[in-house]
Amino acid sequence: MLGRAANGVFWMSRYLERAENTARLIDVGFHLALTRGSRQSQDEEWKSVLTTTGLLDDYCAKHADFAGHQVFNYLLRDRDNPGSVLSMVENARTNARVVRTSLTNAVWETTNEGWMHLRDLLARPVRETNLGEVLTQIRRTGTLVRGAIEGTMLRNEVFNFSRIGTFIERADNTARILDVKYYVLLPSAAWVGSSLDNVQWDTLLRSVAGNRAYSWLNAGSMDPRGIARFLILDGQFPRSLIFSYEKIRSNMAGLAKQYGHEVPAHELLRDAGARLHQLTIEEIFEGGLHEFLQDFIGKTIEIGNAIAADYRFNA
Amino acid sequence: MSAVSGTNFDEMLDADGSVRPAYAEFRDWFDGQDKAWLQRQDAEAERFFRRIGITFNVYGDDAAEERLIPFDMIPRIITAREWRKLTRGIEQRVRALNAFLQDLYHRQEIIRSGRLPIEALRNNEAFLTQMIGFTPPGGVYTHIVGIDLVRTGPDDFMVLEDNARTPSGVSYMLENRETMMAMFPELFTRIPVRPVSDYPRRLARSLRACAPPAFRGDKGSRPVVAVLTPGIFNSAYFEHAFLADQMGAELVEGNDLRVVDGRVCMRTTTGYKAIDVIYRRVDDDFLDPLSFNPASQLGIAGIFDVYRAGGITIANAPGTGIADDKAIYSYMPEIVEFYTGEKPILQNVPTWRCSEADSLGYVLDNLADLVVKEVHGSGGYGMLIGPTSSKKEIAEFEAKLRAKPANYIAQPTLSLSTVPIFQKEGLAPRHVDLRPFVLVSPDGIDITPGGLTRVALKKGSLVVNSSQGGGTKDSWVLDE
Repeated sequence: MLGRAANGVFWMSRYLERAENTARLIDVGFHLALTRGSRQSQDEEWKSVLTTTGLLDDYCAKHADFAGHQVFNYLLRDRDNPGSVLSMVENARTNARVVRTSLTNAVWETTNEGWMHLRDLLARPVRETNLGEVLTQIRRTGTLVRGAIEGTMLRNEVFNFSRIGTFIERADNTARILDVKYYVLLPSAAWVGSSLDNVQWDTLLRSVAGNRAYSWLNAGSMDPRGIARFLILDGQFPRSLIFSYEKIRSNMAGLAKQYGHEVPAHELLRDAGARLHQLTIEEIFEGGLHEFLQDFIGKTIEIGNAIAADYRFNA
Repeated sequence: MSAVSGTNFDEMLDADGSVRPAYAEFRDWFDGQDKAWLQRQDAEAERFFRRIGITFNVYGDDAAEERLIPFDMIPRIITAREWRKLTRGIEQRVRALNAFLQDLYHRQEIIRSGRLPIEALRNNEAFLTQMIGFTPPGGVYTHIVGIDLVRTGPDDFMVLEDNARTPSGVSYMLENRETMMAMFPELFTRIPVRPVSDYPRRLARSLRACAPPAFRGDKGSRPVVAVLTPGIFNSAYFEHAFLADQMGAELVEGNDLRVVDGRVCMRTTTGYKAIDVIYRRVDDDFLDPLSFNPASQLGIAGIFDVYRAGGITIANAPGTGIADDKAIYSYMPEIVEFYTGEKPILQNVPTWRCSEADSLGYVLDNLADLVVKEVHGSGGYGMLIGPTSSKKEIAEFEAKLRAKPANYIAQPTLSLSTVPIFQKEGLAPRHVDLRPFVLVSPDGIDITPGGLTRVALKKGSLVVNSSQGGGTKDSWVLDE
């Protein structure tokens, strides 16, 4: 397989995953803003969404306030914003076009149709009345493409690179969501695990589509440590950090098996994965949740870069 | 062409309006269909093409991004007898083209014999001095050729243009057939149409048969074939990806490739791997920045040296463009006769070379009736169609022609044949041409039955190029 093609499927999957997560963040931000009374606390919600996506500075360079429709339109359809859903879906589709010969027709067509559909939906400014529909369509595009990949692709290197892209992105996104909420809600480390706003923690779970699952597992009761354990260390939850790493590991193992040898990225991943498996939630809180997440995000970036280098993504 | 509409040859209907035998069975079927249903199928075809992403990019048109080439669902039908004659003519012409290239880059007998003036080569950028004295693997110059044919009467097919560099459009030939079979399967059970779907397999086989000396075929391995594309912004990217996919070849770009140990290699996830045959869809100029255009970002530094040392096969060979140059075209009757010893089976369109004073005089006197083309142009750009141009357009063109007469050739405005297209109001005749695709290897010449029919969708228009509002049709060759 060409290094450039591996890069293409990797990024196609990453962009789709990120677009979907951005849609989910907007959904949560919107719901929270609706339930918040004051303009100031609404602004805070939108600001935290922008911080999570890493776009706060760019947004502020362009806009003076945090009016909801302005923020979600920026995140959904601003062509100057490379992190907008429209830009990312376009990037995913461009990458799919580049690697079209590595994809099945079903995967290419789902990606292409998803892009055509979203491009039309996002051609005009999104209003609060159709925001829900737009967000549903974005999530559905990601779901359909993943389904097409799962259902039609050979389980070979192309599949592996695609899955690695998905889960590198997911691990990163979940960690960032957790970190921003930690930051915004708990400015003082002394507060951790003591005084928590249930609505905020529920929001956090919704941001990663984990509220139902968590409630079901914990019979409706919520506590911050439980939530953190769920998002970081629960191997059953498909958006947890440990689950994402397990998927990266198994797909990297698939590559090693096909190619007959490991690369340095395997070693990096093994170290990071082992650490995650050994840690308890108590130890994480002891060492500082924020520090842990920062370290995790850094490691994940490092692993992604190592994979790109070891498998010759770029000339 | 509006000037002579009514006198052209209609391929479906004869002069008194009855259906010609080639179309009898189709027309019978067509007349029996519900018109509203046909219209729905017509709309469905466009959605189908968009979804699978058969699009092309138009140069110089930023807003359009990716466009569809319009597809018309009325097939263009050629009888077995007509096709037999065409294939004989095409084969003869392609054989001559290869012999001509071999000769031009070696002894130049045709120039010594006085049949072709040396001026045709001088200052001609398509003639690559780097190719002099070199014979490509298997002696094949033009692995893939597209011969553009026009028809003016029942038995009158003429060659409008030879495409000996990188003819495009074959993916449309294949997808048009797929689409027709998906939309109207019953047609193909009623009418025996010769299949085209094995073209990619034949192309792969044909390319592999031209492996370079460096390929040794250890342990029964097969030559590695790759398709070289300029990338996703190229107008024919869809076709490049499509062909690579269908052949099971890698689709590579210049920055995937590098010369390693005397071979051209592609960067895979596990290291550099040698390529034996490269089907390049980039121009000569962009092939190798060391040998050709030093500013090229698309090419592979050093590929030409590897080529000359027998490390890779480049298809088509560099320098084949000289054979489809429009100035050379006017000598094709002589060229065919010189190398085959036979009279050409397929005629040329009569052509005046504006470089010659007598011809230029005639052309200037008759601009309003002629088609004038740039010698090195393609894609329907930079040409004048006298009968459909205004006085002002003709005057402007005349100035260009007088300034650089050697840059132009002129041809009579042909009365191109028409085939009906499907419209809401019913069938309407439109002008067509035909591009059959020809594969050349040491094993022989292989012509896919049919080819790409391009159709001028605008009433009266003679320009069939997709970049100028043309569409395509499925092209059927009937089985015996």
